[in-house]
Amino acid sequence: MQSETKARVEQLTSVAGQPVTVLRFEGDIASTSKDAVICTYQSLPKASTPLVLLDFTKVDYINSSGIALVIQLLIEASNSGQKVCAFGLSAHFTKVFTMVGIPKYAGLFSTQAEALAAL
Amino acid sequence: MSEPKTTTVEVRVPSRLGFEKVAMSTAASVAKLMGFRDDRIEDLKTALAEACINAIEHGNRLNEKLSVGVVLSAGVDALEVKVMDDGKGMKTQPGKQKKPDIDRKMRGEEEPRGMGMFLIQSLVDEAEWVAGDEANSSYVRLVIRLDKDAK
Repeated sequence: MQSETKARVEQLTSVAGQPVTVLRFEGDIASTSKDAVICTYQSLPKASTPLVLLDFTKVDYINSSGIALVIQLLIEASNSGQKVCAFGLSAHFTKVFTMVGIPKYAGLFSTQAEALAAL
Repeated sequence: MSEPKTTTVEVRVPSRLGFEKVAMSTAASVAKLMGFRDDRIEDLKTALAEACINAIEHGNRLNEKLSVGVVLSAGVDALEVKVMDDGKGMKTQPGKQKKPDIDRKMRGEEEPRGMGMFLIQSLVDEAEWVAGDEANSSYVRLVIRLDKDAK
């Protein structure tokens, strides 16, 4: 019943010319999404991945367990000295992420272009 | 014949994570018929999802032989939602949940999880936890009000 979470990794370059690794999620972000969120993130080479962008454009449902996975990712990224931003959240989930304080540790942008311009 | 003041819709979902989405879509349909704005419907969906997840995980302990009951009562100016499980519920009514401390979470001083009740209380107008006894199930009661003046 829980929609399987898919994650795809893509390499882009920010407007400032920095390499950016994008994690594109698809499906639900819930307690069953650990492999897609955490394991995919952990598979990235830390040294060559200073900037990480999370793409939620194709995510319709995020619950508190899913938010906890995002926070776990942010903790690991912070410990590795990586900067994380996110884009593509609906207005509702932008509000929910803001309610729990996530923007303090991950900038939230409407679109990929806005995020790449800010990184 | 006058219209009834309250219309009730009931749905039962198995105690399996993911089925909270059935309750969410039912509630969204009822709220849409009542005239709720899209942003309030999203608030309701998230609060109801968290209440159902708590019922599935903590109330029914993921026992798929048990189901979670969701009763939607559509009144003139508010939608009341009861989420019922077979657990004993909380002995005391939880107080107003503090905003999650993201700094403490980031420092590893508190678990990343544990935001469900905060989200429920923040996204609906009323949230009440009612403990059951041996014979009766416990439930969470949520109320979301129609704000007809809001644009």
